[in-house]
Amino acid sequence: MTFLTLLNREIRAYFLSPVAWVVLFFFLLLTGFNFYAGVAALNRGPSEVTVVEAFFNTVFFWFGFVLVFPLITMRLFSEEYKMGTIEPLMTAPVRDSQVVLAKYAGALFFYIILWLPSLLYFYVFNRVTRLDAAGAAGPYLGAYAMLLLIGMFYLAVGCLASALTRNQIVAAVMSFSVITLLFFMGLLNLFILSITPALRELTAYFSALEHMSEASRGFFDTRPVVFYLSLTAIVLFLTFHVFQSRRWRA
Amino acid sequence: MIKVESLTKKYAGLTAVDDLNFTVEKGEIVGFLGPNGAGKSTTMKILSCYLPATSGKVTVAGFDVDTQSREVRSRVGYMPENVALYPEMRVQEYLEYRAALKGVRGRRNRQRVNAVKELCSLRDVEQKLIGALSKGYRQRVGLADALLHDPDLLILDEPTIGLDPNQIRQVRQLIKDLGKRHTILLSTHILSEVEMTCSRVLIINKGRIAASDTPEALAGRVRTAGGVCAEIRAPGADLEKALSSLAGVRKVEIEEAGAGWQSCTLRTDADHDPREEIFRLAAARQWPMRALGREQVSLERVFAEITQAEEL
Repeated sequence: MTFLTLLNREIRAYFLSPVAWVVLFFFLLLTGFNFYAGVAALNRGPSEVTVVEAFFNTVFFWFGFVLVFPLITMRLFSEEYKMGTIEPLMTAPVRDSQVVLAKYAGALFFYIILWLPSLLYFYVFNRVTRLDAAGAAGPYLGAYAMLLLIGMFYLAVGCLASALTRNQIVAAVMSFSVITLLFFMGLLNLFILSITPALRELTAYFSALEHMSEASRGFFDTRPVVFYLSLTAIVLFLTFHVFQSRRWRA
Repeated sequence: MIKVESLTKKYAGLTAVDDLNFTVEKGEIVGFLGPNGAGKSTTMKILSCYLPATSGKVTVAGFDVDTQSREVRSRVGYMPENVALYPEMRVQEYLEYRAALKGVRGRRNRQRVNAVKELCSLRDVEQKLIGALSKGYRQRVGLADALLHDPDLLILDEPTIGLDPNQIRQVRQLIKDLGKRHTILLSTHILSEVEMTCSRVLIINKGRIAASDTPEALAGRVRTAGGVCAEIRAPGADLEKALSSLAGVRKVEIEEAGAGWQSCTLRTDADHDPREEIFRLAAARQWPMRALGREQVSLERVFAEITQAEEL
């Protein structure tokens, strides 16, 4: 019950602040343009990629994607520290773990809302083109499942960054840097000339780009699932401990 | 209700609370007094489970603040010194949320929210955004929040700070009324507030309890070492000499009060009242006298004497 009360407040906090609407608006703009660019590319002639692949494997998508996590998560703890609302919050009979999980779940909820409109694009695409191949369920399930999995992990990273500081900008810079490094890890292959096959395999295992590209073709691999779920759990666990440490750091 | 045993709190390089001991019984209204930085807020933050103690044992309503923190928190209504609220929420919304967070749900939620709005006169701002409220209203929202779950113990850290004189009077009356059903620990450095509202005063200085008694008894402590004031029209030097020669008078201060009148303050030995002799003296010398009485000892004096004596 306490968790639901907290979650309710977290979700409301998003939609009561202008930041959420600005993020939603520009994210829609970016994904809309990205979709348009994808369709335009497919229009030029026969293509090896489906519309889902074209949508989830572009520069527009990548940048919008890594930027959105700091924006969603930076205020979670930092704002409460800065404004002092952490004091009434933590002198109410709530558990630290409930607060951390409610904040995380609120961010995840907003992230899901952020992606919902994109489903409409594909719906329209399928209604208009009536292409069997484009309507296959596999790529959609794969792409959106991967979107959720990667999102869960990156949101946890954002939570951790926000729990570390009372300054939202600092939180955003920290999470943006870490998420960018993680997300583009796969590009190491391009930059390191003397890459060994073992290292190449290792970075492929970590590479979100690779995961996304596989999933949007409809491949389902359980390794990234385990990878992202376990990392999410670990980072949330760290967040919980960082949050608790405020008591003896004071 | 509160039991504090050798409580110590150290911040990096600074001891804010030093081996503090005190108890508060059920039903008391205790005023927590002390100069800035004496450790009042720190102690209150520890009592409300916001900060951990460095050492010592603190129990509230029989529950340990460290190991049974949620039991304590559900029984304590805490109003911090700086009331921090979510500016984007409306008053009504905020109070409903806070009540639910404290386990007050369903129909009782509405009842309690209505009750505290009434108590703290928040009816006319219930639909306002908290960010648009004046300091006085925010302060009252903070107080309303502390009352929501009808707690056994109220911990109020400077509840009247930032209020206008009318609101201060209202809040004091409110605290007095609340004191009939709740135990209250309130901190302040407005001494008249303590005299008006509290049944007992704890004076804390440099992290230690310097005095603990009823406001009257504390004032009495200074009064026994006491003072007498008189206004007499006489040449200053003669008057000083005459008054100093009275038995039991330790010190005489004379101040010109205009038109030949002298305002005299006498320090006397304990249990010695020279008023009758002053009257006889003035009568014998034919010095007109227009005032004679015991000095009104305010808590202010007690406070100054207790906290400054310690510094010497």
